[in-house]
Amino acid sequence: MADMVQFELVSPERLIKAQEVEMVVIPGAEGDLGVLPGHSLLIAQMRPGVIDIHKDGKVDEQIFVASGFCEICPDRCVVLAEGAIAVNDIDKFAVEERLKLASSEIDESELRISEAMLAAISS
Amino acid sequence: MPNLKDLRVRIDSVKSTQKITSAMKMVAAAKLRRAQESAEAARPYAMRMENMLGSLAGSLGSFEGAPKLLSGSGSEQTHLLVPFTANRGLCGGFNGSIVRRVRDITLSLKGDEKTVKILCVGRKGHDVLRREFPAEVIDSIEDLGKRHVEYSEAVDVADKVTELFHAGEFDICTIIFNRFQSAMTQIVTPQQLIPFIPADIDEDGTKIDSGPKPVYIFEPEEESILDSLLPRNLAVQVFQALLESSASEHGARMTAMDSATRNAGDMIDNLTLTYNRTRQAFITKELIEIISGAEAL
Repeated sequence: MADMVQFELVSPERLIKAQEVEMVVIPGAEGDLGVLPGHSLLIAQMRPGVIDIHKDGKVDEQIFVASGFCEICPDRCVVLAEGAIAVNDIDKFAVEERLKLASSEIDESELRISEAMLAAISS
Repeated sequence: MPNLKDLRVRIDSVKSTQKITSAMKMVAAAKLRRAQESAEAARPYAMRMENMLGSLAGSLGSFEGAPKLLSGSGSEQTHLLVPFTANRGLCGGFNGSIVRRVRDITLSLKGDEKTVKILCVGRKGHDVLRREFPAEVIDSIEDLGKRHVEYSEAVDVADKVTELFHAGEFDICTIIFNRFQSAMTQIVTPQQLIPFIPADIDEDGTKIDSGPKPVYIFEPEEESILDSLLPRNLAVQVFQALLESSASEHGARMTAMDSATRNAGDMIDNLTLTYNRTRQAFITKELIEIISGAEAL
C-alpha cells in the first residue's frame, strides 16, 4: 500500500491542486474526515470549512471551501469544491462586509459561508 | 470592356470588406483565447462530477424510489433536444452543423414514432429550427454569454429543464453542442442529461472497464447526496456545454473570417490587374486615335 494519497481539488473554474499528500482533513457535512492512504470508499458532502493538507506530521496548507462533494478511494481523494480559496488569501475586511450583507438579507447559506471564512482566519 | 470607374468603386468596396473581416478575425482570436482557457480549465470539474455521479449511481444500483432525474420517468416516449447555437452568424459552419444534427435526430426519432420537443439555446438555431419544425420548438433561451459565460446562466437553463421535467413535459433530455477541439475543428456532440448515463470514457479518452462496481459509504445518506448532487451536475454539464460552445463559436468565426480576408485579398489582386489592363488598353486606344488622326492629315 502506498503511503501517499493522490489529492485533487477541483473548482468549476479550474483544477486547483493535484498532488501527493500524506493526509488531508476534509470538512464533511457530518464532521471532519481525515483521509489517509487506504481509506475505505466514501462519498461525502462538505460543509463550509477548511481543508488541511498535512506534510511531515504538520499542517502544511489550508484551503477554505464554501461547499462541495468529495470522493475518497484507498489511493485517491477528489474534492469538487465551490468557492475554494487559500486561507492566507482571505481578505478579512471583504468577508466582514459579506457577513454584514448576508445578515441584513437573511441569506442562510451566505451567512454560514462567511462565518466559516472568518473562523478559518481567526484560528 | 469594363468601365474604369466601376472597377475603382468595386476595388474600394472589397477593400473595406476586407478591413471588416480582418478586424472581426482579430476580435474573435482575442475572445477565443479567453474562451478556450476557461473551457479547458472547466473540463476536469465536469468530468470528475460525472465520474462521481457515475460511481454513486453504480453502487446504488437500481433501488426503488431513486430520484427521477437519475432513473428517468420510466418512459421513453418524449424527447427534449437542447441545441446550443450562437446568437450571431458569420462563423462558418458552426450553427449549420448543429442545426443539421438536430434535424437528423428529430427526423429519426419521429420515424420511431416518438414525440420530439426542442428547446433552443441561442438565437441562430432558433431562427432556422422554428421555421422547419414549428410544432416541435417549444421555447428558446437567448442572450446568453454576451460577454463571457456565467455559471448563473447555466443554472437558469438547468432550472428550466428541471422544471419541464418535473412537469412531465419530456422523458429524455439530450443537449447538442459543439465540443471545442481546435480553432479549426469543432465536434458536434450530443450528450444525454436526463436520465443520467454514467460516462464510460476516461479523461484521457480511454474506456473505463465496467467490472463490478465498488460499494461506497455515503455521508450523509445516498438520497440527500443525490438530491443536491443531481441538480448541481445538471448545471455543471450545461455550464460546460456553454463554455465549449462559446469557445467553438469564436474558433469557427476566426477561421471563417481568416478565409474571408484571404478571399478578399485575392479578389482585390484580380480586380487591380483588370483595372490596370483596362487603363493601359484605354491609353493605347487614345494614342492610336491621335496618331492615325495625325497621319490622315
